[in-house]
Amino acid sequence: MTVDAIIIGSGPGGATAADVLTRAGWSVTIIEKGRNHLIDSENPSQLAQDYSNDEIKFLHRHFLGPDPLIEPRTFRISEEDGERSYVGAVNNLPSTVGGGGTHADGKVPRFRPDDFRLLSNYGPIEDAAVADWPVDYDELEPFYAEVERLIGVAGTAGANPFAAWRSGPYPMPSGAPMYGAVLSSAAAERQGLHPYPGPTAANSIPYDGRPACNNCGHCAYFGCPIHAKGDPVAMLQHALGTGRAELLVETFVSRIRTNGKVATGVDVIGPDGVERNLGARYVIVAGGAIETPRLLLLSGMEHPLIGRHLMMHFQTMNVGIMPERLHAHKGRSVTHLHDDCMIVDDAARAAARAAGLPWIRGGLVEHGGGGHPIMEGQFYPWGPSHKKLMEASPLRDRLWAFIMQGEDLPQPTNRVDLDPTVRDVRGFPVARITFKPHRHELVASAHHGPRHIRVLEDMGATWTATTTSPLVEGAMTRSPFNDSDEGITNYAGPISAIPASRHVMGTTRMGTDPSTSVVDANGRMHDLPNVVIADSSVFVTSAGYGPTLTLVALAARAAASLVG
Amino acid sequence: MPVWLSDDEFRALTAACERLIPSDETAGAVDAGVPDYIDRMLGAFLVDPPLIWAGGPSSGRFGGVAGFTDFHRLTALDELAWRMRIEGSLGVPEREFNGPVIGWQQIYREGLKTLGTDFCDVGGDEQDARLKADDEFTTLLYEHCCEGMYGAPEYGGNRDTVGWQAINFLGDVQPRGYTDAEVSGP
Repeated sequence: MTVDAIIIGSGPGGATAADVLTRAGWSVTIIEKGRNHLIDSENPSQLAQDYSNDEIKFLHRHFLGPDPLIEPRTFRISEEDGERSYVGAVNNLPSTVGGGGTHADGKVPRFRPDDFRLLSNYGPIEDAAVADWPVDYDELEPFYAEVERLIGVAGTAGANPFAAWRSGPYPMPSGAPMYGAVLSSAAAERQGLHPYPGPTAANSIPYDGRPACNNCGHCAYFGCPIHAKGDPVAMLQHALGTGRAELLVETFVSRIRTNGKVATGVDVIGPDGVERNLGARYVIVAGGAIETPRLLLLSGMEHPLIGRHLMMHFQTMNVGIMPERLHAHKGRSVTHLHDDCMIVDDAARAAARAAGLPWIRGGLVEHGGGGHPIMEGQFYPWGPSHKKLMEASPLRDRLWAFIMQGEDLPQPTNRVDLDPTVRDVRGFPVARITFKPHRHELVASAHHGPRHIRVLEDMGATWTATTTSPLVEGAMTRSPFNDSDEGITNYAGPISAIPASRHVMGTTRMGTDPSTSVVDANGRMHDLPNVVIADSSVFVTSAGYGPTLTLVALAARAAASLVG
Repeated sequence: MPVWLSDDEFRALTAACERLIPSDETAGAVDAGVPDYIDRMLGAFLVDPPLIWAGGPSSGRFGGVAGFTDFHRLTALDELAWRMRIEGSLGVPEREFNGPVIGWQQIYREGLKTLGTDFCDVGGDEQDARLKADDEFTTLLYEHCCEGMYGAPEYGGNRDTVGWQAINFLGDVQPRGYTDAEVSGP
């Protein structure tokens, strides 16, 4: 049987493509390698009851997959490390029905017009492939508006003075601000910053048949037990509800088949371990910016830029310990943001010049609190001080953080390729990540970080520190948690040269010139026009914003271009 | 009664947990049942479905169904991964596609043995010195201690939620959640 489209990956990109295509009457088969803990595919109005407020299950036992023992990745900073320096979990997004949408805390900002025009607006930077996108904000705006309605986004139009124009209000009002964000927003304003309630894909009122968020505090890294997060369950519900979408789970796509001119279908291995071939008129790839290029490489595709220009946001974490309890475990994980560090102002230009760079851009800054108690306990030393620290809770209940998701420049040497020897459980080569930040990211981090220390001090912080992920020598503006009078010695433990960012982008960049890009402005591969890439692999640059809404808007646009 | 460790191993584990998170005026790891949590994790496959992932969407502690006690069934791949992690690869070809894997059972068995047969009888300072001498094992043990102390009680630790009560944390609050006033106020 040949369907109109096979969609590889059931995350935000694939689900959105499925929604748009089925609405236009297409038949689609969505293939997901992970398990289904989200939706009854036969009766999609019924949502699963598998998610829970369970830190062991979600943060320590890989419930949403992938399990790094059977689906590892490998990492190295550069070729000087040899074939690899690490095997295990590297920038893993969930491998499950719903993909990255299931675990996200649901911040879904739009990009700004600037973000699509770095080369024209600011110019080139040495050793980076700075380029304009083949689409601009004005072309994408209707799709941003459409996908905000599909997902259900809560936000406050006009609250962010730097925001791009929008054709209408958010579908829902903003939800309740975290207590810590009330304090941090006031302090940030006193320090000349412009905080605003972040656009969030969690219902603030009942929406599209799903309930309002009840503030349980288990957002980031957890699935939503009551399905108040709409991304991408809403699009999967719509697509499956048409009766024209089939969902195959625990099914791995090992190869896109081609006849040399076009793709004809895919080879899959189902839960029974049996290999099969499925035919389709179109193949839509939405595995994320690491698994998508891996599949293209497993399929023998040879465009030299496949896998190159991998980008992740360079995270600068400014943290402070407050005298009072902020109870960040109540409510959504992050409620406030500011965009000031995205703006190339005189101070940023001067910092760039001083470092010998033409310009620098930081990124979106999230106002956030501490994590969960198991993770907190593991940061403290064992012995008599453990319980005292847990009770005082400097790293959970009294922690506040400004995390900048810094723009990461595209570099051809940062890439995904196939590891020469490490295999997944099915016997296929795993993705190998070779990644080292550009000097731009370090300069931007050092420029924008200290500002947030002043905000933390204005909030009353008794102790502050700055660190980055990836941890890079020279990027640190203040030493991490050693020698603290709070008794904390081990905070930097999980921070390493492997970026913690789950914002992965850019491995099949889009463009008009087949020699400098892999796909066109509609996500179609230049070499195989019936293969469409519908995830953040197509990003040309990384902006400093979470990629989800933009990748979903691009997926909607790509799908719309297919149905005419 | 331990389900997987021997009685002697369980006694040594209990003594080690007491050093990592001691009991004083408030509950420590042993009061919270952390040794049981670890023992049940090592013996997760002695029951069906295995004690890997508690169910959802709520525990019943704040209303709703008591779903956590219905542990998830594992797929063949889930079971392979978790048997590799707990039991190790044990020379089984399908578990060694990237080479041998040492499982937690062996790590615990050897780690507890290294602490010494007299571990329960020596003084606290000597116990600490032995724990520090085997840093790799103690690091894993401490990770699991924190899980057993502050994880959901359905996994065998955090008995009567004493771990959460000590830190003024309600734990899993579905379907109650928190009110907007609780989120936004002091």
